[in-house]
Amino acid sequence: MSVLVGEDTRLVVQGITGRDGSFHAKRMKEYGTNVVAGVTPGKGGQSVEGIPVFNSVKEAVEKEGANTSIIFVPARFSIDAIYEAADSGIEIIVAITEGIPVNDMIRAIRFINDKGVKLIGPNCPGIISPGEAKVGILPEKIFEKGKVGVVSRSGTLTYEIVSHITEGGFGESTAVGIGGDPIIGTKFIDMLELFKDDVQTEAIVLIGEIGGSDEEDTAEYIKETHYPKPVVGFIAGRTAPPGKRMGHAGAIISGGAGTAKGKIKAWENAGIKVASIPEEIRDLLTEVL
Amino acid sequence: MKIHEYQAREFFKKYGIPVSSGEVADSPDKARQISESIGKPVVVKAQVHVGGRGKAGGVKLAKTPEETYKVASTILGMDIKGLKVKKVLVAQAVRIESEAYLGVVVDRRSKRPVIMVSPAGGVEIEEVARETPEKIFKLIVDPAYGLLPHQARDLGYKLYRNPGLASKVGDVLMRLYRLFMETDASLAEINPFVVTKQGELLAIDSKINFDDNSLFRHPDYEELKDLTEDEKVEEEAKKKGLSFIKLEGDIGCVVNGAGLAMATMDVIKYFGGEPANFLDVGGSSNPEKVMNAMDIITREENVRVIWFNIFGGITRCDDIATGLVTALKNMEVNVPIVVRLTGTNEEEGRRLLKESGLTIHSVSTMSEGAKRSIGLAHRKGER
Repeated sequence: MSVLVGEDTRLVVQGITGRDGSFHAKRMKEYGTNVVAGVTPGKGGQSVEGIPVFNSVKEAVEKEGANTSIIFVPARFSIDAIYEAADSGIEIIVAITEGIPVNDMIRAIRFINDKGVKLIGPNCPGIISPGEAKVGILPEKIFEKGKVGVVSRSGTLTYEIVSHITEGGFGESTAVGIGGDPIIGTKFIDMLELFKDDVQTEAIVLIGEIGGSDEEDTAEYIKETHYPKPVVGFIAGRTAPPGKRMGHAGAIISGGAGTAKGKIKAWENAGIKVASIPEEIRDLLTEVL
Repeated sequence: MKIHEYQAREFFKKYGIPVSSGEVADSPDKARQISESIGKPVVVKAQVHVGGRGKAGGVKLAKTPEETYKVASTILGMDIKGLKVKKVLVAQAVRIESEAYLGVVVDRRSKRPVIMVSPAGGVEIEEVARETPEKIFKLIVDPAYGLLPHQARDLGYKLYRNPGLASKVGDVLMRLYRLFMETDASLAEINPFVVTKQGELLAIDSKINFDDNSLFRHPDYEELKDLTEDEKVEEEAKKKGLSFIKLEGDIGCVVNGAGLAMATMDVIKYFGGEPANFLDVGGSSNPEKVMNAMDIITREENVRVIWFNIFGGITRCDDIATGLVTALKNMEVNVPIVVRLTGTNEEEGRRLLKESGLTIHSVSTMSEGAKRSIGLAHRKGER
């Protein structure tokens, strides 16, 4: 079993005729993901890598039974792509796009919550359940089916840490990049809720970073719920200067809040073992599993 | 993106938020003129992008135009937390009855805008939050409906017992919220918001930050930018698709991805070194981006080694290698280069580096990369 994506996933790729959209549609299909449709308004009737292209998400849902969407649309158009997916009966939306205005995101999240739709991202690398399905841009080679659930605010740092998990022989159940923006659809706690009931997942690795209070909130959640599975983690940005946005729109220490130091302390207080450097994750997993 | 107080005032005026009369000056003469036309005591305020201007001596009272000239002469050119004052705001001084704080920000926890008010105005809100959090009142706004008048009025009552005043401040909050959403602000703040001895309501300080992600639809904000030298380099890097931040150390880093770039800095520090910069070359990095990255990093004199830490996903290691080889062949680079290439097309990337015949220190893990870079940076006499 895995969470979010798997054998039941019927994927529609929004922005499939673009450079990134077509490239990754092909790779996801090759990985074994059930890619049933693509959407680019005005290009319906074409096909990309043998995948039929439609003018609207609604058509993809009606004709191909799409239930999950991945968005490769440029920032200025992708907010409407999110609304469209949520409006058309899609259940899970994965928004890869970086650079969506925050105030647009605030309204969109209000909208999709009303519809009961789950959003991963934006500004994220997506999801992979090794051996089952990939809805994202993560390099499949480093993953192996296994027992560790991975949740991360980052992209390549996730790959770095996953490579240590795989080399350690643990493997991954599902790995999710939740995104580097200040406002994101799914947070650490939402993922911990899903992993809690997943029999394949025996431990969870959280990869946090400076900015916001998601890590602190997660620590509270773990304490309050007496979370049943071991959780270990890493937090990036111990050396980040305050007031500077470290690449990710959400990675900023402001007014003394959101520091790595504070987050590490919160996690340790909640019993989450924190790695000093990425490769230490492997040792921590050995300790808890 | 930050703008100055005098620029934020213009947005306030546009949205009908009351501000004291005043204007911006870039010379003592101009400051005197403004003071003359106001005809009353004024406050001269340094326009710099940092907090704590008052404590640093950047805000002063002047009773006459002559005094305004003198005060402006001291403040203009002054150094406040490393920033040089180029402009001052000359605004009418008011006699204050009470001070409050009004602000709108994005609450990341609820994923909604939050209105914050506090009767403890004139102090940094972070300080109030630390010392006396009970003095901050918050309202999370449902973005589907926006701030409703009765909600705004209720916040007004938290500040003033007088129903007339509460109502008026409610109206200001409605305007501030509209400004926040329509201008794509990430912060809109009035601190202090005052009631004068004459019973007038006024925004005495005004602060607006804009969401960088929204700048594409606000081309007019470009001219409001006032960047420091460091920020200019960051901006230049951004235009080339790079995310760059200068730091104080001697180990330059080129990394793909923001999280990994931060972790790279952390690992350098963990092993006892100091990073010279944060640099993310982004996703699908073409060779040109690598050359641009090298160009920006090698401008810094304190850089004694450059470490490429690449975990290829969408980024292809062969692209990185091609860019690096081209850069080294076309640029004068006098510092050693450490390279760690892992992931997509790593074999091809390593082969390209090897065949180039250039001296490159190849490593296979992050720890190894950090240790080798530190070793090379501290090697005496070699540059």
